[in-house]
Order: sequence, then structure tokens, then C-alpha cells
Amino acid sequence: MSRLSQVFADLQADKRRGLIPYVVAGDPSAEGTVPLMHSLVDAGADILELGVPFSDPMSEGPVIQKGHERALANGMSLHRVLSMVAEFRKDNDRTPIVMMGYTNPIERFGYEAFAAASAEAGVDGLITVDLPPEEVDTIDGALKDVGLDNIFLISPTTPEPRVQRIVERARGFIYYVAVKGVTGSGELDTDEVARNVALIREKTSLPIAVGFGIKNAASASAVAASADAVVVGSALIAEMEQKARSAEGLEEIQIHSAAVKLLQSIRVGVDSSPS
Amino acid sequence: MTSEVTPELFASVPDQDGRFGRFGGKFVAETLMSALADLEQLYARLKDDAAFQREFDEDLAHYVGRPSPLYEAARLSDAIGGARILLKREDLNHTGAHKVNNTIGQALLAKHMGKKRVIAETGAGQHGVASATVAARLGLECHVFMGEEDIRRQALNVYRMKLLGAQVVSVTSGSRTLKDAMNEAMRDWVTNVEDTFYIIGTVAGPHPYPMLVRDFQSVIGREARAQSLSQYGKLPDALVACVGGGSNAIGLFHPFLQDESVVMYGVEAGGKGLETGEHAAPLSVGSPGVLHGNRTYLMQDDNGQILETHSVSAGLDYPGVGPEHAWLKDIGRVQYVAANDDEALAAFHRLTRVEGIMPALETAHAMAHAEKLAASMSPEQHIVVNLSGRGDKDILTVADLDGIKV
Repeated sequence: MSRLSQVFADLQADKRRGLIPYVVAGDPSAEGTVPLMHSLVDAGADILELGVPFSDPMSEGPVIQKGHERALANGMSLHRVLSMVAEFRKDNDRTPIVMMGYTNPIERFGYEAFAAASAEAGVDGLITVDLPPEEVDTIDGALKDVGLDNIFLISPTTPEPRVQRIVERARGFIYYVAVKGVTGSGELDTDEVARNVALIREKTSLPIAVGFGIKNAASASAVAASADAVVVGSALIAEMEQKARSAEGLEEIQIHSAAVKLLQSIRVGVDSSPS
Repeated sequence: MTSEVTPELFASVPDQDGRFGRFGGKFVAETLMSALADLEQLYARLKDDAAFQREFDEDLAHYVGRPSPLYEAARLSDAIGGARILLKREDLNHTGAHKVNNTIGQALLAKHMGKKRVIAETGAGQHGVASATVAARLGLECHVFMGEEDIRRQALNVYRMKLLGAQVVSVTSGSRTLKDAMNEAMRDWVTNVEDTFYIIGTVAGPHPYPMLVRDFQSVIGREARAQSLSQYGKLPDALVACVGGGSNAIGLFHPFLQDESVVMYGVEAGGKGLETGEHAAPLSVGSPGVLHGNRTYLMQDDNGQILETHSVSAGLDYPGVGPEHAWLKDIGRVQYVAANDDEALAAFHRLTRVEGIMPALETAHAMAHAEKLAASMSPEQHIVVNLSGRGDKDILTVADLDGIKV
């Protein structure tokens, strides 16, 4: 059983909802990312989502855009992200890692070489924002061959027949985008989320994670009522940004602690969800 | 050209998935996929709809002022002493560039879709002005995304857009030029997709944009072809156009693609020289990749990060290019070359002084190559250059480069 399947099976057995934090690999520093990943797991993460920095992150709001810019300034590349995953795996072989990014760095790497290197490093799944089902054939075969899950997004604007086509191709889990907009934007309509998640559930038995627009324990708790897992990204990065600005000469671990604290409170919110 | 290139080939692209050979496609976030499908369906229906075409043609005639003349630059041609240089005068269009052909067409699509808000990205500001213009005419809310750097160097166009009632949004991310304006426009569109029409200004972006912008701009080449035949009794021997995203070039080239005798040159921005790395010439020295919804030639590093570009002209300062150009390069139908900042600036001054026509700095790149080409050809041969825009917007930049305070 893959790490992703195992985690969702365990969650289901325990009647718990999953928590998936997102951070950008290499932000705020390249050296700090692996320790941050471990801290997030200790704070209650079930799955880690690792952003792969790109020069033109078209679906990101300002908070995550700045994370990408900082990471690139720190010399990050897709190769280095994979080294971080391998480094993390030395101490943790259980927590699934999903990489989230854009097509071009992967295309440049070479699809088959990338799939092989990702599997070797210990990556479990891939979310490529600008690679909808229409364009995924270039990579999907290579990912399947090495046992990696390609994870598709479904949005509030996805028409029903298209949902069907997407779930037929999906593996790992479904990522439902809760708001029309970029990451970190918009107000959550949890009733709409619940309705759309229910519609997706009619068509697939895959777990459904919900992300975009979840900022705190309350919104996470509300979303966890219908979702199998909750993704939180911009809020964590904003928290670290604010901490870094609050005082001069902070140790990186102090900056991380801001994100860790928020994640802990969101964990409580998710676990107290009225599901 | 390779042997597989037949006249039918050019009518076969893009295919139903929006591909031009290995280029093109729809590389966008899921949230936009249904909006693209809606646009595709609407356009498929309206493309051959006589009433829609009549409306478009009438707007081009009475609002834009088409057809634009095909003018023989006699003094310039005499001075060079080679081929005769004919200018397709898109600078004489309403708003001063070819961009309006496309914004008229897309605004009609927006109207048919019942969208009340339009957005656009702009580099030099010509597409922004053309979008703000059609928005004013149709009473639509208009937001134009423009890089902070371009806002500085195209101040006149920024003010024109504001006068037209558009809101100009300064983009401060990345390199603060056209590519970042396009990122920001995409972000706005994802957020407001239900009430907003995105008027893309060039033959790039996700399918169906490269196709529909090409179709709207092809009026340039259709007219030039007919004018060549009626004024000179023959087709031109060569076509020259500048290429940033490539909409004016596709507009001129497309109706001639099946005319094997006509050779074509797309002129990219060579910036400070291709060898310096400071340029915007992805077809000349780039490699294939995926950006802004399509696969095409890009300026990128070994890790697939998009590189910053440099050009004296804001409109050419873009690291990608329309996917149809990428395909035309690969099959060898069009040759892509580059002209440097200095060469473009010299061509700007020459055309202004010799013909009394002040070209946009973008267009001046095409002129620079056309002059070289003409010198290598004979006087009975004809070159048609797409004079894609007028240079009024650039006079402050030119003065600055020449060390003059206006």
C-alpha cells in the first residue's frame, strides 16, 4: 500500500480528518526546509505539501508568490527540492509528500527522468497546477510506472461531466479548490464546499482534500465537516513572514515556530469538526 | 522547407486540442478550463456566422478606418537601392497600432457572452489602449495590468488608458514587465472568471486565444495580399514583421502561408545583442517549454525558470512567443532573426527623417531587418513590412536614449 493510501486508511479507521500543510521548498531558507517539514509533522500534519518554486506562479496569491521569490533567491531548483525530500526521508518514511508546482520546471527536467528521480527521493504524489487532464498524458504514464500519484484539482467552476472525466484519471486523492481565485484569497463558502464535495463523492471513492481559503482553526473545522483532509498554505507562510518582520536577528526556528503554533491550533480545529 | 509542408497543412492548425504540432495547448488552472471551453464553443459558432462577421467588418471599416494603405516607401527604397519596401500602414488605425483589430473582435465576443467586465495585459500600452478604447465604446468596466517598469517607460499610454476610463493596475512582481502583467491578468481572471472576459493581446495564452487572435489579425495579410495584386499585379517576394508575442506578424503572414514564393521574416528583439543574454529573442536562442497556458519557445534557464528579458521596446519585452510561430519556425516556413536595440533606434530615426513616418520602437525592429534584406535584393522585388504601430508613445524613450531632455 502506498504511503498516501495508508494514511487515508488510517485516518478513516480512526475516524479522523487529515491535515496537509503547504510550505514552499527553500522558504524562508534552503537549510531550514527539512527541519520545518519535521516540525510540521510533529505539530500534527498527516501529509506534507511541498511547493516547488517557479518564476511565474500564476495561480498563487501574493503571500505564496513571495515565498516562491524568496526560495528562488535562495538558489532553489527542482533538483534541490528532490534532495530535500530524500533528506527528510532519512528520518521519516511514513508521512506522504506531495509536490505542488508548475509544468515548466518538470518539462525542462524531462518527464521520465523527473518521475524516476521523484520516486527515488521518496515523493508520493504530484499536483501540477497548469497541467489539466487534457495535457497530462505527457507525464502521467511515467508517474504511473514508478507508482507516483498524479493528483488533480477540481474547482467550483468544474462542470459535472468534467468532474467525471477527472475522477476517472485521478489517483491518490482529489484536491478540491474551495474558492474561485488564487491561493490565500477569497471568503470560504462552506455550504458550497460541502455541496460540491458531496457531488464529487458520488463519483469517486478517492479521498477528497480541500484547500485555498482556509486560514484558521474555525475555517478548517468547518471544511473538515465534509472533507477527508484540509490543506492550509498561505496562512502558515503569512504567519512566518509576520514573525520574521517582528524582530531583528531571529533564529529560523523561532520563525518556524509561528507556523507550527498556527498548525497546532488548526489541528485542534480539524479534530473537533462536527463530522 | 521540409517535404511534408503542404498548403493544406496551414489550414489544419490548431487541431481540436489547440495544438500547432507540438506547440500550443491549454496549460491553465482547472478553474479556467470551463471558461476556455465556453469561449471555444462560442467562437466556433460565431466564426462562420455571417451576422457576426458583418458586425466585425463594419467596425473595422468605420471605427478602425480599414483598409489600411499599402504605401511604397520610395525615398527609403531609393536610398537603399535594392528591393522596393512597401509599408502596411497599421499605424494609421484608430489608436495607432494593429492591436485594435483584435480588441474589436474580442470585445464582440465579450458582448455575446454578456460579460460586463474586461481585463487585459499590456507591455507597450498599445493593447491596453486598444482594450480601454473598445471598453469605453461598449460601456464595459476595464482593468489593464501593466508592469511597473513599463508604466514608467510608457507614461503617455498610461494616461491615455486612464482618460478612456480604464483602471491601470501596476504589477510589481517578478521583472515588472509584460510577462508579469500577464501572470497578474491570469490571477484576476481566475478570481473573477464568471463575470470577466480576458482580452489577450497577442497570439499566445491557452487555446483558443492563439487561434482567435490570429483570425482577427489576419485582416492585415488579407488586405496586403489583395493590395499587392491590385497595385502591383503580383505578390510580394518577402514579408517582414516584428515578433514579441507575434500578433502583428501572424496577422500579416497567415494569409500568405500557402504562397510558396513569398519568404517571411519574423524579427525578434535582439536587445543589447544575442551574445549578451540581454534580449527578448526566444525563437532565435530559446528552447521549448510551457508558460502562460501554452507550449512554445521560451527564454529559460537549465532549471526551467523563466529568464528576465531586455528590449528597448516594451512591447517586445516578453520571454515567450505565440505557439504558431514556434511551429512555423520548426517546419521552416518562416525565418526568425533578431535586430538589436541600436539597429532599431537607427531605423526609427531613418524612417522618420526619410519618409516622415515615425514608427513604434517595436516596428522599428522590423524596419531594421527590412533595410538589410532590401539591400540584398533587386529593385524589381518587393518587401512588405508590417508597420504595426506609430511611434508617438516612444518619443520620450527615444529622447532619453539620445541623451536629450524634452
